[in-house]
Amino acid sequence: MQESVLREPLILGKKTYSQMTNDILAPIEQKPGKLWFIGFTIASIMLGVGMALIGYLFVTGIGVWGLNKTVGWAWDITNFVFWIGIGHAGTLISAILLLFRQKWRTSINRAAEAMTIFAVMCAGLFPLIHMGRPWVAFWVLPLPNTHGSLWVNFNSPLLWDVFAISTYFTVSLVFWFIGLIPDLATIRDKTTNKIRKVIYGVLAMGWTGSARTWARYEIVCLILAGISTPLVLSVHTIVSFDFATSVIPGWHTTIFPPYFVAGAIFSGFAMVQTLMIITRKVLHFEDYITIQHIEMMNMIITLTGSMVGVAYITEFFMAWYSGVEYEQFAFINRATGPFAWAYWIMFSCNVITPQLFWSKKLRVSPVATFIISIFVNIGMWFERFVIIVTSLHRDYLPSSWSDYSPTYVEIGIFIGTFGLFFTLFLLFTRGLPVIALHEVKGSLKSTGEEYKKRQMEEEKAKAAKSKEPVLA
Amino acid sequence: MQETKKYWKGLEELNQDPEFLKHKDNEFFEELPLEKVFPENPGTLNSNRRDFLKLFGFGISAATLAACTDSPVKKAIPYLIKPQEITPGVANWYASTCGGCSTGCGVLVKTREGRPIKIEGNNLSFTGGGICSVGQATVLSLYDQARATHPFISGKKASWAQTDKEIQDKLAAIKTNGGKVHILANTINSPSTLKLIGEFLSAFPGSKLVQYDSVSYAGILEANQISFAKSVIPSYHFENAEVVVSVGADFLGTWLSPVEFSAQYAKGRKIADNGKHISRHIQIEALLSLTGSNADLRIPVKASQEELVILGLYNEVAKKTGASVLPGVEDVTPGKMLASVAAELVGKQGKALVVSGSNDASTQVIVNSINHLLGAYGSTIDLNNYSNQYKGSDKDFADLVAEMNRGEVSGLIVYNANPVYNHPISKAFAEGLKKVSLTIATNDRLDETASLVNYLTPDHHYLESWNDSEAKSGEFTLTQPTIRPIFSTRQFQESLQTWMGGSADFYSYIRNTWEVSAYKTQSQFLLFGDFWNNAVHDGMYKTTPSAMASATPSGDILAAGEAIKSVAGKSGKLEVVVYEKLGLKDGTHANNPWLQEFPDPITKVCWDNYVTLAPRYASELNIKQGQMVQLSAGGYSVTLPALLQPGQAFGTAGVALGYGRTKAGKCGDNIGQNAAGFFRKEGNTFVSTQYNAEIKGLSDMYELAQTQVHESMEGRAIVKETTLAEFVNNPGSGNPAVTLVTPDGPQKPEVLTLWDKHDHEKGYHWGMVIDLNSCTGCGACIVSCNAENNVAVVGKHEVLVRREMHWIRLDRYYAEDKNNPDNVDVVFQPMMCQHCDNAPCESVCPVLATVHSAEGLNQQVYNRCVGTRYCANNCPYKVRRFNWFQYAENDKFDYNMNNDLGRMVLNPDVTVRSRGVMEKCTLCVQRIQEGKLNAKKSGHPLEDGKIKTACQAVCPSNAIVFGDKNNPESELSKLLASKRNYQVLEEVKTLPNVSYLTKIRNRKA
Repeated sequence: MQESVLREPLILGKKTYSQMTNDILAPIEQKPGKLWFIGFTIASIMLGVGMALIGYLFVTGIGVWGLNKTVGWAWDITNFVFWIGIGHAGTLISAILLLFRQKWRTSINRAAEAMTIFAVMCAGLFPLIHMGRPWVAFWVLPLPNTHGSLWVNFNSPLLWDVFAISTYFTVSLVFWFIGLIPDLATIRDKTTNKIRKVIYGVLAMGWTGSARTWARYEIVCLILAGISTPLVLSVHTIVSFDFATSVIPGWHTTIFPPYFVAGAIFSGFAMVQTLMIITRKVLHFEDYITIQHIEMMNMIITLTGSMVGVAYITEFFMAWYSGVEYEQFAFINRATGPFAWAYWIMFSCNVITPQLFWSKKLRVSPVATFIISIFVNIGMWFERFVIIVTSLHRDYLPSSWSDYSPTYVEIGIFIGTFGLFFTLFLLFTRGLPVIALHEVKGSLKSTGEEYKKRQMEEEKAKAAKSKEPVLA
Repeated sequence: MQETKKYWKGLEELNQDPEFLKHKDNEFFEELPLEKVFPENPGTLNSNRRDFLKLFGFGISAATLAACTDSPVKKAIPYLIKPQEITPGVANWYASTCGGCSTGCGVLVKTREGRPIKIEGNNLSFTGGGICSVGQATVLSLYDQARATHPFISGKKASWAQTDKEIQDKLAAIKTNGGKVHILANTINSPSTLKLIGEFLSAFPGSKLVQYDSVSYAGILEANQISFAKSVIPSYHFENAEVVVSVGADFLGTWLSPVEFSAQYAKGRKIADNGKHISRHIQIEALLSLTGSNADLRIPVKASQEELVILGLYNEVAKKTGASVLPGVEDVTPGKMLASVAAELVGKQGKALVVSGSNDASTQVIVNSINHLLGAYGSTIDLNNYSNQYKGSDKDFADLVAEMNRGEVSGLIVYNANPVYNHPISKAFAEGLKKVSLTIATNDRLDETASLVNYLTPDHHYLESWNDSEAKSGEFTLTQPTIRPIFSTRQFQESLQTWMGGSADFYSYIRNTWEVSAYKTQSQFLLFGDFWNNAVHDGMYKTTPSAMASATPSGDILAAGEAIKSVAGKSGKLEVVVYEKLGLKDGTHANNPWLQEFPDPITKVCWDNYVTLAPRYASELNIKQGQMVQLSAGGYSVTLPALLQPGQAFGTAGVALGYGRTKAGKCGDNIGQNAAGFFRKEGNTFVSTQYNAEIKGLSDMYELAQTQVHESMEGRAIVKETTLAEFVNNPGSGNPAVTLVTPDGPQKPEVLTLWDKHDHEKGYHWGMVIDLNSCTGCGACIVSCNAENNVAVVGKHEVLVRREMHWIRLDRYYAEDKNNPDNVDVVFQPMMCQHCDNAPCESVCPVLATVHSAEGLNQQVYNRCVGTRYCANNCPYKVRRFNWFQYAENDKFDYNMNNDLGRMVLNPDVTVRSRGVMEKCTLCVQRIQEGKLNAKKSGHPLEDGKIKTACQAVCPSNAIVFGDKNNPESELSKLLASKRNYQVLEEVKTLPNVSYLTKIRNRKA
């Protein structure tokens, strides 16, 4: 499909298809560099620490965390919501942007989707390990059983979570894998290593690249995009129901579903930025993940960040407007109570820093973007922490008000999930094409710099012929 | 034809080796080495493949079956011959007398399969059926691992035979030499024991029984001797008093007989909707006591001023009643309030009562005179039916110590007393002990005193013994064994009988005593056997009480006044007051984990003692909460953390007794510091104050484990209260209807709903009402709940991180007193699962582990719980408790649930929860089931009041009422109809089945 010449090119330099194949598959075919090994070692150590602490937790009990009778959730569910939110950018990019035919998504969707899957894995860990008796975790599934009419509680948002997360994970995984098939076939065809040929051959599922296959393939992708699209909205909506359907002031808020979805996309894009800025640098993908990509994503960050900011302010307004003293106290306590520091970290990271992207200079700067994306990641973690802990620690009866501080086990397990995430991501960069090769190829002729130039010249020539004024 | 080609297996076949031919047709060429494996019976083994398969199959199946179970070996011994009175699964109740302290409250002991598991009050007793936390916890002390399991000679294990022989020899030698053998004990109010001791002592001329009390009431005894020539503690009748003025007496918490007084006091505080009166209670005190926190008017004054207040009050009362006044007395209260206090007292002449917590005889003499002027004798004070609960004499003890140190005592038998720990002159006592040639103790463990004596002949726990008691004159109670002695212990009285050379049979001794005394005073029973059986059944026999009479004191109040002024006048800047906490009292039961984890009703601290200071005073000294301070007075000093206590008098430091034990056991040792050294000798008695103290802030900080850390109600309508004046105008005052704003105007929350209502029209619908006006906040319900429901003790660290497991808690809130910035108003609110009909916890559990019963109970299914804690988060009352760890059988939680002995106290009707599950109050569902079953068996509808929850059963002030909401005749339904009735957080629309009655303070505004 043709695109306006006025749009910035999405693939820089003079690229041919084979050159693109070589560029993008280079990390798979070459031995990993020193940096990768250092990164992988650190990530594995973090993962190991996390797993060891989870083992300790399983053997000893939830008491190794800093929770108490008043604050029954803290880092566990904060991390859960944090990671689920991270996942949302991948689905948004691959599904919604596909349906909207946003070509700039092609360079980043693969990595973003991979990130989604790894993030959902990290997220899914927490509902499991936060249980007092994780060995009976399967009881949350509506399995037929011999205990009479024993069944799950379909009223419970936690049960909705189980369905939402498992659906989300499955659909994301299938979508991701389907998207990979043509590229896996490319690797299969390109590699000379026999073992690789077999492995990638099996994974490519007999892809032939015929026109009929491509036609079917495009349809499947569209259908999956259609299925994924409501998930972008529904998953975090349901996660927000964990809080919104409760009676706890600060949780019991109807604004939560849109607020959580906006926040999730916000944090997801920030995490994509964090990862892609490093990846493009390390793997030399500057031609494919261009400044324009970064700028586009920064715009989304600013938009969703502003939505989140509006939500924060709305919450305060509603607390005042509702006339409910508990609600009012909950919000005053957030901003001025013992956890005010967390609130203001959240507020400045999520509301103030993304506004810096109104400056074009910062918006197109990878360094500034990277720094701000880290701020947003921190801010969004604190958002969940603030919602969960500050609402719980001082609720209705002041006699039960309490403090909360995490133990090393909670912190270590959170670090462990970063270990899991980065270990998987680093393996991904070496085993699978980080950029959706066939999709980028498909947009080369419409969005490649070289082709854009050529097109421009053609247009100019055409214009000169007709002596019509030319734009640009 | 081509011949088939032949292949040979080896050279043996080719050569047709005979050895080969022999085994050719065998499956295994070589014999199985069976002989090698089973060398014991050679030649008999004839095994083939079938056998192998059989054995193999059997082995695999057996191994599989054996691996199928990981259940541990449990030792259960069935009854060979079942005792007639025991039906497994059915509890037996025995009436007895509490041995927790010398107050001697009547109790009922619940036993299951021969082991006592719970103690509740006997409603025939003078207590009216309540019981305090300490009394209830004594059942756990029975199963204390630190108890002495056998006799000791000089700290080494010995047999009874050898111990008895040595003691008898020494006693014989003393007898020959004409030496003295004294017996030292805390107050003994057992007539039979006193008789036996008398017989024992008569063999040793000059010997005597010395009784002392760690917290002495000798001042009252002495004052009554001076005033009325009767060395007794009278019976007080708070229920007859319309105005009560207490000067430093914590009569609802620790003073004399708090369970009895709480019941009496609550009678005066109960009010129906059309009622016009409740009693008026004025408390003038230095520390904020439980009693003070219930007062309608509380005036904080320093301890020395308490004595001057008594003088001032005397003068004001005297002025109004026309008696002579004392010279040189000033009103020391802020705002000169004594005149109005006296006016209130005189206005209710004959229905007024003044009590003082002082142990100074002069002070009590003045108090007697005030009470006389108020006409209290004969109405609110009864000298004829007196109390025997505290008969200890500080003078006798001091004399004994002096005598011991002079080397004039040959033998000393310490009967269950621990003066080395709990007496201020313990050093002198310990020194004196060395000069006594024969020292025997009968304490239950090698405690501070018992470890210093020659012989420890451990006494039975009271639940293992026969005994009697006459705590209140004319009310004879019995103690009966509820379990066979667990250890090789012997009752003190039987030890005495043995040493006297007689047969050790104290049971017959009591029977004989009763036959000649109590039995003779009655005419109901003809046969002594019937009389006795009835007394054992009831736990007591009461004689007809003597008539109350007025009395006129004859003491020299002028001299008493001068004595008070001379001492109180010497007060310095800082005074120390030692006091007892409701949980640990004097520290006798310090090794009891239930009591260590019992939060103090006022400070909410467990597992520690501390120095309480008024916040304003502390800020003047620049001392912060939790800062270590060194407090010294009268040559004694302690280093403890500071606790800022609102409502405490400026310039006063409070330190609790009962801590700093060193030989109580692993649970009670080395917690806090001993405050007994702060007692000051005043005349013949020890008083609990030091007037010239110094305090020094240290740099260390210390964390105190509190179960509640936020003091203010934040202006929320959680505890609703009103004043009597407003209540009389409008019984619903203080309890305005809760409405929510809707488009159709204000609506009651229960009208607005998205949910279908549970159908509770048919059958039972359980509910509970708690009268906040009767609840004194004593916390007896907490221990009762712990015992009934196997609630785990979690230790100081877990309390510190706010993870105590108590199912019922007493929320305590402070509010400022507008008239006096140094005082605070205090409210208490028992808070447990509210059993909401619209329970937020139920809708959020993903696995239906918490569900609503058809009878309105919110039920927690431990087996189904996966431990998401969502229910606890969503509980507006925060009453759910999570098992963060495995609390039972875990060395990290080395309390009673970690040893076989301690686990004997567990209630078999209630599951011991494992780690990872949520738990909470069940409204004692096991008791409900039992009550329903009993009703079904008897064929009659369930009677109202037959089922009592554990908290309700022990409540001294009857503040808790449980019942069926569907029964319009039930007491509960009547209370629910009261205009005072309200639900906490009604606006959240949880529709709780537990509700409260507003608190009414008897004040004008």
